[in-house]
Amino acid sequence: MSDERKSSPSPTLARRKKDELTAEERFFAASQWELMWRKFRKHKLALASGVVLIFLYAIAVTFEFWAPYGPISEQGLINMRPTRIHFRNEEGKFVGPFVYGIEQVVDMETFKRVPVEDKDVTYPIRFFVHAEPYKLWGLFETDRHFFGAGEGKVLLVGTDELGRDLFSRILAGSRISLSVGVVGVAISLVLGSFFGGIAGYYGSWADLIISRAIEFIGSIPNLPLWMLLASIIPLDWPVVRVYFMTTIIISLLTWVGLARVVRSLLLQLRTMDYVKAAQLAGASDMRLIIDHLLPGMLSYLIVQVTIAIPNTILAETALSFLGLGMRPPAVSWGVLLRAAQNVQNIVLRPWMLAPAIVVIVTIFVFNFVGDGLRDAADPYK
Amino acid sequence: MIPQPQVRHDQAPVTESDLLLQVRDLRTYFRLDEGMLKAVDGISFNVYRNRVLGMVGESGCGKSVTAQSILQIVPKPGVVQGEMLWHRDGQTVDIGGLDPESEEMRAIRGNEIAMIFQEPMTAFSPVHTVGNQLMEAYFVHGKLDEAEARARAVELLDLVGIPAADRRVDEYTFQLSGGMRQRAMIAMAMMNRPRMLIADEPTTALDVTIQAQILRLIRRLQAETGAAVLFISHNLGAVANLANDVAVMYRGKIVEFGTVRQVLKNPQHPYTVALLQSIPGFGYRRGDRLQSIRGSVGVPIDPPDECPFRGRCDRFDPALCGGSMPASVEVEPGHQVACVLYEARS
Amino acid sequence: MINYLIRRLGTTLITVLVLSYTIFAIVQIPPGDAVDRQVRLRQTQGDVVTREEIETLRAQYGLDRPILVRYYQWIRGFLVGDLGRSTSGRRVNDLIAERLPQTVALAVAGLIITYAIGIPVGIYSATHQYSAGDYIANSISFIGMSVPGFLIGIILLYLFYKWFGLSIGGFFSVEYKSAPWSWARLQDLINHLWVPLFVVAVGSTGGLIRTMRATLLDELSKQYVMTARAKGVPMRKLLLKYPVRLALNPIIASIGHIFPYLLSGQVVIAIVLNLPVLGPLLNTALTNEDIALSSSILLIQSLLAVFGTVVSDVLLAVLDPRIRFERGAH
Ligand SMILES: Nc1ncnc2c1ncn2[C@@H]1O[C@H](COP(=O)(O)OP(=O)(O)O)[C@@H](O)[C@H]1O
Ligand SMILES: [Mg+2]
Repeated sequence: MSDERKSSPSPTLARRKKDELTAEERFFAASQWELMWRKFRKHKLALASGVVLIFLYAIAVTFEFWAPYGPISEQGLINMRPTRIHFRNEEGKFVGPFVYGIEQVVDMETFKRVPVEDKDVTYPIRFFVHAEPYKLWGLFETDRHFFGAGEGKVLLVGTDELGRDLFSRILAGSRISLSVGVVGVAISLVLGSFFGGIAGYYGSWADLIISRAIEFIGSIPNLPLWMLLASIIPLDWPVVRVYFMTTIIISLLTWVGLARVVRSLLLQLRTMDYVKAAQLAGASDMRLIIDHLLPGMLSYLIVQVTIAIPNTILAETALSFLGLGMRPPAVSWGVLLRAAQNVQNIVLRPWMLAPAIVVIVTIFVFNFVGDGLRDAADPYK
Repeated sequence: MIPQPQVRHDQAPVTESDLLLQVRDLRTYFRLDEGMLKAVDGISFNVYRNRVLGMVGESGCGKSVTAQSILQIVPKPGVVQGEMLWHRDGQTVDIGGLDPESEEMRAIRGNEIAMIFQEPMTAFSPVHTVGNQLMEAYFVHGKLDEAEARARAVELLDLVGIPAADRRVDEYTFQLSGGMRQRAMIAMAMMNRPRMLIADEPTTALDVTIQAQILRLIRRLQAETGAAVLFISHNLGAVANLANDVAVMYRGKIVEFGTVRQVLKNPQHPYTVALLQSIPGFGYRRGDRLQSIRGSVGVPIDPPDECPFRGRCDRFDPALCGGSMPASVEVEPGHQVACVLYEARS
Repeated sequence: MINYLIRRLGTTLITVLVLSYTIFAIVQIPPGDAVDRQVRLRQTQGDVVTREEIETLRAQYGLDRPILVRYYQWIRGFLVGDLGRSTSGRRVNDLIAERLPQTVALAVAGLIITYAIGIPVGIYSATHQYSAGDYIANSISFIGMSVPGFLIGIILLYLFYKWFGLSIGGFFSVEYKSAPWSWARLQDLINHLWVPLFVVAVGSTGGLIRTMRATLLDELSKQYVMTARAKGVPMRKLLLKYPVRLALNPIIASIGHIFPYLLSGQVVIAIVLNLPVLGPLLNTALTNEDIALSSSILLIQSLLAVFGTVVSDVLLAVLDPRIRFERGAH
């Protein structure tokens, strides 16, 4: 409804003047990308977040190596608090990181079995150890892990009610959770570019119908509809299928945002001189889009995508948390958070909150990067 | 210390008692990340009652900032320095020394000095009626009678040539055409019978036929009220038509000053010459081709102390133009030029 | 204006029809229907169910008729206030009536908080651009926007329990849950309310601060502001009469987005904080394939959202003469 109004150029006095400056004097010969990169680099927080983000995704791709244990292998210690890592032995001498053995002792007051450190047995933490075998990407069979304590247990954030190592599970969950963001946004990007592109490029009735559809989908509250759609995924589907279905369902509602951006950008670009010139010179539609329109929109699209990814990740987390998206045996952050659904659980085992912190950090990092990119891409702000 | 163009007025037709505003060494700077933008850099001029001072120069030369400085409405981060002596009824106030937000300054704005802006489309609020915005000019200066305010608004709208003024007063500005909007703005400026009117390119955004109407209107109102007018325009035809004196601005400085006759018929500064040659009908020598001035004004960020026009000047001479900003020289009575060509001669 | 209203209502009606049909159709997708489930249930209990029996049950539920007919019956039931029966055997009307007021109240309260904080802070931020206050407001709103409400909810729940031994879930403490209204009960409600309100509204408030700041900055640099200053309007008065007034237009219009956002944001938060609103009910209904209940809740939530959009559109037309004249002209 207000797209046209928003996109009409109304550079304000002060801003326009400033823009002239930078354009004229500072970045005279720099290309658009160089310009963006230079501005982005100035935004230190965004830059640091970008590094963290790359790190997170790198771990998600190779989590089997970084995780000391398999995501579903039980460690025999149920609801175990995070293992303490010691650096000095009983005599206070520095011996490098190690853990003590754990023994179950019966508490004489409550008659419950409680795990206690057995100071007689120590296991040094070693790096690049041989432990549980796995097949990386279904290709390379190996049993190397980044770290481990041999026979001892190093449970960095504790275990769940089945005794599975939560740290390893969080790393494993990152693969689904982080990739849902990328895959989901890729799907919405295809949908959004297609419909937004048709609407913005051809205008007239195509625009009218698509705009109405966008408005319609945009007016429905997302989460309930996602819940509805996710609830019809059959319970007996295999994990991979559930994964793609969940992702598609999320994209079904998020593409409208991207479509809106593509549409208004195209409407704006269509009136630009260089596009008109190309049109007059007889360029085909496809040529025109690829050669002229796409480069003009790319920076804005990248910004929109960076903003859309964390929203998609959150949607998956929320759905899985509700039991409607991914479900065990699949491991995603939302699935892990199910254990934090009631207070008693959290109070008894606060470490089950760890996935929430990981999600929050991820979302933050994404938003910082998105913010930095937006500033860098927008010459007016 | 940058030498100042010593500007003095052609004294013949005016008397000291007609002196209304004396601007002395006005400097308006914007401190930006990129450096100090010296939008107005040490200009001086006088404004007289019943006389129109034209101000010309390409876009970006600092004309609008000069106008804003007089009213102390320069947007952040602009800072205004210099003397602006405002003479009223035997009393003199230095506007340059007033706090922009002070009651005293506010009492001058829109009351003693009013301003007409370039963009009639955006200069009005789209969600308030014409009458509301006109009457506000009345109310904020202590005149509180509602009926009187309305009557005055209608009267003025009628005076500036808006048909059915009593109905139009309740309409929104987007319901008016561009020309009508500019008339309404003029009416708004006249609400409190100002002693001085600043018109910042009042016709630039309008059609040619409407431009002529608006110019006629301004001239008529000026003649009727005897107000002083600072008429900013890059339309030299309009300036020739309306103004008594002309100041030519370039990159924050007045490079030439004189009566309309002196400056437009006998331009001395290479910039004025080039400016005139770039406009049809003002060809300095008949038969010359129209020439646009090569290059652009640019932005005066941390400008060095030198002639601002040297990079674009046809008569640039490395032997002569190397020094600092040339001082203003009187080439004939009341006609001043700031260029080494004349500085060297004297 | 009247024309505009009529056309707006027309499009709303179409939206609602499409929406309700979509919901109805999607809810039907899972294989098997209410009768199948009932039959399965009885079979596990050892009953023998005959073919005829199934047929009669089907007819009884109207499941043998085409989907459009069933849709018509559902909508008609909805209009006359009969939403059918939940699989739990209770009337859907009753189940929803128990929770609808709290649901709307929570969203509206969230809306009020969002505006009451977002607008003044946004104004402050814009008028004090680059000041320390602006910087703080900006950072806080950024955090508020980024952190998902339900995760904040979980963490708050834990922290309150750990630090104060307080259980902040629900709207009432156990002792007041079914007590008659009294000052103490109200006090208890307020004590319980601010955490959910905070969690529900934190994102939208952060967003609104940022929007308000950006639009106001935009308005502040517009020509009409300088015109008004040149007239001699005092800064404070000018600020409120022109740029703030104009910046409010899109903000008011955003009710249409914020209200549905609050409604739907509630769903997960309510489950975390154990609030008796529609969200948790919807979740159980969906997991239990309680079609009558889930479709009714979905429709109600969608209607509320559409209603929010209409309200904001109408408000915008009232506030902005440009829209009023432009659209009323047809
Ligand atoms: N609000 C502002 N902030 C920063 N720079 C400004 C501002 N207003 C004007 N300028 C700069 O001051 C110079 C003079 O501008 P202006 O007075 O608007 O020119 P003119 O009116 O002669 O076209 C220009 O270089 C312009 O970029
Ligand atoms: Mg100007």
